[in-house]
Amino acid sequence: MADFGVFDIIGPVMIGPSSSHTAGAARIGKIARDILGTDFNRVIFYLHGSFAKTYKGHGTDKALVAGILGMGPSDENLRNSLELAKAQGIGYEFIETDLGYHHPNTVKIVFKSLDKKDAYIIGSSIGGGNVLITNINGNNVEFTGDYPTLLIKYYDQKGIISKITATLANNDINIATMKVSREDNIATMVVETDSAIENKVVEEIKGLEDIIYIKGINPIVR
Amino acid sequence: MFNKAEELLRLCNEKNKRISEIVMEKEIRANKTSQEDLMDRMKNILQIMKESSKAALDKEIKSVSGLTGGDAKKLEEYRKSNETLSGDLIISAMAKALSTSEVNASMGKIVAAPTAGASGIIPSALLSAKEKLNLTDEQVIMGLFIAAGIGEIVAKNATVSGAEGGCQAECGTAAAMAAGAIVEMAGGSPEASFHAASFALVNILGLVCDPIGGLVEYPCALRNASGVVNALICADLALAGVKSLVPFDEVVDSMKRVGKMMPEALRETALGGLATTPTGEEIRRRLLN
Repeated sequence: MADFGVFDIIGPVMIGPSSSHTAGAARIGKIARDILGTDFNRVIFYLHGSFAKTYKGHGTDKALVAGILGMGPSDENLRNSLELAKAQGIGYEFIETDLGYHHPNTVKIVFKSLDKKDAYIIGSSIGGGNVLITNINGNNVEFTGDYPTLLIKYYDQKGIISKITATLANNDINIATMKVSREDNIATMVVETDSAIENKVVEEIKGLEDIIYIKGINPIVR
Repeated sequence: MFNKAEELLRLCNEKNKRISEIVMEKEIRANKTSQEDLMDRMKNILQIMKESSKAALDKEIKSVSGLTGGDAKKLEEYRKSNETLSGDLIISAMAKALSTSEVNASMGKIVAAPTAGASGIIPSALLSAKEKLNLTDEQVIMGLFIAAGIGEIVAKNATVSGAEGGCQAECGTAAAMAAGAIVEMAGGSPEASFHAASFALVNILGLVCDPIGGLVEYPCALRNASGVVNALICADLALAGVKSLVPFDEVVDSMKRVGKMMPEALRETALGGLATTPTGEEIRRRLLN
């Protein structure tokens, strides 16, 4: 039996009309920005399932664009996001598609810039404003954005996991969940923690041998 | 701790406390927070509820799709200028519920209670009771804690999602939460709160979720309007001393079972009910193009 608190039931405070089509969509957009960065001038949203069918009427398009501009799900400017994007010189496009076997409310968000390779994430809005990020630039991942999260890629070697977890423990950070997967000899690790991860911890892990990439993101507000 | 109404009522009786107090105590213990912090957070929520239930009364708010809107204002004008059949309280309560629903459909700010689709019922019911009974904001805030406690019980033991249980799970739960809250706000006993909550759920047991075009608009707003009336009359029934033959926990369980028996076409998929009438289909075609 799942537990619920008072503010899970009377809440969240959100911009309508639908927690999965609006609040969840804004959070996926915000996570995309937090992971992929702000260095983009054009974004393409590939909409799957119910997102593809009802995105205009639900304002899912506006929520997604608001998210990639950095707005949270209760930001009242959310409904003006398309105009705000234009004012900032950011182009956007919505393409209805079939992303294969994915949750009905799924979007692939591709960030484009003049001088860098395309970057993308895939995320699903799974109800009540909850989301699940399942892929970043081709790497399968699984995290919710509810916790401080570390995304790490490294050359797979014995002992790296223990070095990373020791660094977290030494900095008094408790791990809530951890998932590791591997393709060829490159491993992808997603760590969700109970407390905030300061920049210096990220730098410390970055300094370890064989680390290719590390990114820390803050919880995405509801 | 409580998972069921029976347990919550037992705690009320053992400690000689009101439902709102027990719900707050549980929250304070579970989240290591203070009563002051809880009151502050709920005060903020009440403020957003006040704004959403008023915003569409004097100006027409249209939905993002353009399909609906403006009905809260119509009702409010009708209330002010006519001898109405159902009277000021009922008409005003329906107008407030429609207002929040219209704000929601226009991408305005609302409090999901327990969901966005049913977000009009609780603000309207509690604020209408406040006006009628001359209560303070503090009493309304305590009402919101009762509502949350009742909603928690439904969420734990059944569902508050239309995709799982149909409209009965969303608007039914919201009306049950509101009915129980206003009984305590009007001075009723904890038992009476749960009788009222039972009535509200019983009254729309089996109600399907069949939104036209898959949008949270029609019939959602209408069912928020009828939902608040449901809450008010059920509170009156309980305050008059009428008792629910079936206890709340069993009513919740029956709602869950009815939801499980409901075909998927009638659970928010827009594949049945009003959504697939010729008019519903025509609107869907128009919205998609």
